[in-house]
Amino acid sequence: MPRIGVFVCHCGLNIAATVDIAKVIDRVSQHPAVAHAEDYIFMCSDPGQLLVQGKIQELGLDGLVMANCSPTLHERTFRNAAALVGLNPYLVEIANIREAVSWPHMKEPERATEKAIEIILATVEKVRQNTELHTIKVPVTHSVMIIGGGVAGIQAALDCADAGLEVHLVERTSSIGGMMASLSETFPTLDCPQCILTPKMTQAGKHPNIRIHAYSEIEEVSGFVGNFQAKVRHKATYIDWSKCTGCGVCMTVCPTKKIPSEYNHGMANRTAAYIPFPQAVPNRAVIDDKNCLWLLKGKCGICAKKCPAEAIHYEDNTEIEELEIGAIIVATGMEVLPVEHFGEYGLGKIPDVVTGIQFERLLAPSGPTAGKVQRPSDGTEPKEIAFLQCIGSRDPANYKPYCSKVCCMYTGKQAMLYKHAVHDGQAFVFYIDIRSDGKGYEEFIQRAMEEEKVLYIRGKVSKVFEDEGKIVVWGTDTLTGKWIELRVDMVVLATAAVASSGVNELASKLRITTDEHGWLKEAHLKLQPVETLTAGIYLAGAAQFVKDISDTVAQASGAAAKAIALLSKDHLERVPIIACVDQDLCVGCGYCETFCAYGAIAVDPVTGKAEVNEGLCEGCGGCAAHCPSGAATLTNYGKKQVFDMITTFTNGQVVQ
Amino acid sequence: METIPYFPGCTCKADALPFEVSAKAVMRELDIEMREWERWTCCGTVYSMTTDDLIHQLGPARNLIRVQEEGSDRVVTICSMCYSTLKLSAMMFDADEEKLQKLNDFLYDEVDYEGGIRVMHILELLRDDVGFEAVKERVVRPLEGLRVAPYYGCTLVRPTEAGIDDREEPRVMHDLLEALGAEVVDSPFKVECCGSYETVDRPEMVAEKCHRILSDAIKRGADLVVTSCPLCEFNLDDRQDVISSIAPRFPGIPVLYFTSLMAIAFDLPEEEWGLESATVDPLPVLQEKVLAPKDEGGG
Ligand SMILES: Cc1cc2nc3c(=O)[nH]c(=O)nc-3n(C[C@H](O)[C@H](O)[C@H](O)COP(=O)(O)OP(=O)(O)OC[C@H]3O[C@@H](n4cnc5c(N)ncnc54)[C@H](O)[C@@H]3O)c2cc1C
Ligand code: SF4
Ligand code: SF4
Repeated sequence: MPRIGVFVCHCGLNIAATVDIAKVIDRVSQHPAVAHAEDYIFMCSDPGQLLVQGKIQELGLDGLVMANCSPTLHERTFRNAAALVGLNPYLVEIANIREAVSWPHMKEPERATEKAIEIILATVEKVRQNTELHTIKVPVTHSVMIIGGGVAGIQAALDCADAGLEVHLVERTSSIGGMMASLSETFPTLDCPQCILTPKMTQAGKHPNIRIHAYSEIEEVSGFVGNFQAKVRHKATYIDWSKCTGCGVCMTVCPTKKIPSEYNHGMANRTAAYIPFPQAVPNRAVIDDKNCLWLLKGKCGICAKKCPAEAIHYEDNTEIEELEIGAIIVATGMEVLPVEHFGEYGLGKIPDVVTGIQFERLLAPSGPTAGKVQRPSDGTEPKEIAFLQCIGSRDPANYKPYCSKVCCMYTGKQAMLYKHAVHDGQAFVFYIDIRSDGKGYEEFIQRAMEEEKVLYIRGKVSKVFEDEGKIVVWGTDTLTGKWIELRVDMVVLATAAVASSGVNELASKLRITTDEHGWLKEAHLKLQPVETLTAGIYLAGAAQFVKDISDTVAQASGAAAKAIALLSKDHLERVPIIACVDQDLCVGCGYCETFCAYGAIAVDPVTGKAEVNEGLCEGCGGCAAHCPSGAATLTNYGKKQVFDMITTFTNGQVVQ
Repeated sequence: METIPYFPGCTCKADALPFEVSAKAVMRELDIEMREWERWTCCGTVYSMTTDDLIHQLGPARNLIRVQEEGSDRVVTICSMCYSTLKLSAMMFDADEEKLQKLNDFLYDEVDYEGGIRVMHILELLRDDVGFEAVKERVVRPLEGLRVAPYYGCTLVRPTEAGIDDREEPRVMHDLLEALGAEVVDSPFKVECCGSYETVDRPEMVAEKCHRILSDAIKRGADLVVTSCPLCEFNLDDRQDVISSIAPRFPGIPVLYFTSLMAIAFDLPEEEWGLESATVDPLPVLQEKVLAPKDEGGG
C-alpha cells in the first residue's frame, strides 16, 4: 500500500476562512493510501517546509499531495523540498484549493469544503500512480546566433564572444551598424556614432570569436534550445569578398548613380556597386542586382575591368550555410514610417518635408551635405524649421496607438543641432507633451528651450502644404487656444517607429510571436523582458519595442547574459513530463505527427513506430489525446490515471 | 449596357439637376445606365450622421431595402453627402447584427434587409469599374490647356473608413481630369471645409472659407474648379457674390461638376453638359481654351 502524505495549507485566512480544514483532514485521512494528513498556517514558509520534510523522513512517505495555492506559485518549492530529503520530486503534486476553491466559493463554505476534499482525493489517485521521473539532459552547442547587427546585436555579440562563446552575427544589409550608424549625434550627451559606435563595430569585426554574416538572412531554423540548426542565406554580392579590399574603385566608376541610398535614408544617392558608408564593417562592396546594368542588360561591366583586386565576377554567389546553434538573440530593430504615409503632411510630395531620420543625415558631418543644413529642394539654408512630434504615434484612430518614445528626445536634439549649425535660424517644435524620462534627459530638453531658444508650441499640426516656395504649417497652440499659421523653410516629421519589415516572417521561422504591431513578444513584459516563450531564444533592442541607445545596450547585455548562462553548462536539463510511445501498441499511423505543434514526434521509417524527441517535446499532450490506439501517453498523466481522477470527482470512488 | 440602381437624392432633382443630366449622359456613353427606382426617400442627410442611434438610420435603410428589391448588390450616387450617409449606414448594418435585427423588427411592413449592399460614388465607379483608361479612350475633345483644380470637400473622403480615397491627399479627380486631357492644378485646399450647411445662417463665414479655397486655386493658375458635391458647388459658386462684397478685388472663378467637363470632352450635345447650375459663367474660359477650333498648325 502506498504511503501518501497530505498537507493542507491555511494560507493565512485565504483558505481557512472558507474551507473547513479539520473536516478535510478528517475525510482524507480515511483514504487507505493516505498515511498521514496534517495542516499548517503557511506551508510554504520555512517551518512549513521543515514540517513536510520531517514527516517524509519520519514516516517514510512515498508521495505527497500539497493542498494549497496554484502550482505556478509553489509546485517548485515543494518539489525541491521533497528532493532534498530524498523523495523523487515528481511524486509530489499540488491540489489547488485556493484559486480553484476558497476564492471562487467564498460565499458557500460547505460546497467549498466538499470540493476541496474531492480535489485532494483525486490528486491522491494521481500521486499513487505517478512514477519516479528524472530530469532529461540534452547536450548543448556552445554557439550563439544573433540576428540583426544594430547596436543591440553588436553589443550582445561582443558580450557573448568575450564570454568564450562562438558568435554568428547575421545582418541583412552589407554592413553592421543599424539605425545608429545613420545618426548625427546622440542625445543626451551629443557624442557622434563615429566616436562611440564605430569602435564597437571594428571590435566586432576583429573579434576572434565573432563571425559576421553580412548581406545574409535567415532561411530556416529547426531544432530546439541548445541544439538549433540554422540555415543562413548569404545573398548574392557578385563580388568575391575574399579578394575585395574595400578600395571603393567600383563605386567611383559605376555609371548607375541615381539609386536612393539606404544608409542616407534617401537624402543622397548611391551607385549599383557600393559600400554603404566609409566605416562599414565588413568593408566590402556588393552589387545591387536590381540596378546593375550588366546584370540587368548585359551592358557596362566597367567595375570588373577597373577593380584592382579582380574581385568582381557577376556570378550569382548565393550560398546557404548550415550552422549548429545553442541560443539565438533576435535584434532586428525598428524602422520609421516614411512621409509617404501622411496625406496631411503632403504624402512625400513636398521635398522639404522630411522624417527625423532623414534630417539626421542632413545634420551629420558624415552626411551628404557634410553637416551643412540645406533644403533638399534647392540647397538653400533653411532659416526657419518646424519640427512636428507624434506624427503617426499616439493616434489610435489613424496610425499607431503607442508613443514612439525616442522622438521627443531626438527632436530636441535636432532642434539644438540645427541651432548650432544655423545661428540665426529659428526652430519651432510642435508637441503634445514632452516625454524626457531618462537620466539627463529633462535637463537636455530644458537646455534646448532655454539656452538654444527653441520655441516649443503645445499642439498638433493639422496640415502642411507648399505655397510660393515656403511651407505653410497650420496648427493650434493649445495653451493659448490660438490658431497658428507658420510659413517656414523646412518641416521635420517625427514619424512613428515601427517594427522592421519582414519581422513577422522571421518570427514564424523562429516559432516566436509578435504583437499586433509587429514588435517581438517577450515571455513576460515585466519579469522576463528578454526571454521569449520559446526556450533558448532571446530579444534585444528595439525589435521588442522602440528604445533609445542606452536601453537598447542594457537589454542587449541582458540577453547576452541569459544566453551565456544557458550555455555555461555542457547539458541542459528539461522537465521530464513529456510524451512517450508504447511500442507494443503503436501501429505507426502517424496521426501524432500531424498534431504535434513542435515537430517532436515522428514515425521511425525503420521500425514503423512513433518516437518522441525528448529535446523538442513540450509535454502538451496533444499526441496522447489524438492517438487512436492509445500508444502515445504523457508521463504521469496516463489514461487510467486521468480516468481514475475523474471517477473520484464524479462519485467519490475509483472504478477498478 | 449594364444597369446599376441610382440614388439621386433631393438636391440633384432641384438645384443640381444639371449635375444629374451630365452624369447620366456620360455614364451612358461608357455603357452604364444609372437607373433611378420609383420610391426613393431622403438619404438621411446630416441627421443619420450625427447620432449613433437607429431611428435616424431609417432614411438610408429604407433606400438600401429598395436597392435589394431592385435585385442589385450595388447602388451608385452622385452627391457626396448622399454617398456618405448611405455608405455609413450600410457599413453599420453589415458590422452590427443586433442593429440589423432591430431594424428589421421595427420595419415589419418591409422585407428584411439582408445587408451586403455596396454603396458607390460615381467617381468610384469610374475609377474601379470603368477605369480611367476607358474614359480616356472615349475622349474626342481633349481638354488640353484647360487648367482645372479639383475640390473634394469632406464627405467623399471622410470619415476614413467610408471615404473613397486618401482623406488628406485624394487623387481620384486628379487622375480623371488627366484622362480628359486637362492640366490639373493641385491645391492644398482641396479638402478644406467649404462651410457646409452654415451657408444658411452664416453666409459671410462660408464666403470667407470659400474665398481662401478659390483664391489659392486662382493663385496656382486654375481656370476653373470642379467638384462632386452640390453643397460644395453652391458654396463655392453661388457664394461668390458674398465674396465680392467682402473682397472687392476677388476676380471670380467658375465652378463646375466634373461630369460637365466629361460631357464636353466626350463632345456630347450642349444640353447634356449640365452648365446651367453655374452662377459664374464658365463659357468664356471654355470658349477660349477648349471649344474654339484648335489651330492645326495653319491647316
Ligand atoms: C531619427 C532618430 C534619431 C535617434 N536619435 C537617437 C539619439 O540621439 N540617442 C539615442 O539614444 N537613440 C536615438 N535613436 C534611437 C536609436 O536609433 C535606437 O535606439 C537604436 O538604433 C536601436 O538599435 P537596435 O540594434 O535595436 O536596432 P537597429 O538600429 O534598428 O538595428 C537593427 C539591425 O537589424 C537588421 N535587420 C533587421 N531585420 C533583419 C533580418 N530579418 N535579418 C537580418 N538583419 C535584420 C537591420 O538591417 C539593422 O542593421 C534615434 C532613432 C531615430 C529614428
Ligand atoms: S570590388 Fe574591387 S573595386 Fe570594389 S571595393 Fe572591392 S576591391 Fe575595390
Ligand atoms: S516620444 Fe514624444 S514625440 Fe514621440 S510619440 Fe512619444 S510623445 Fe510623441
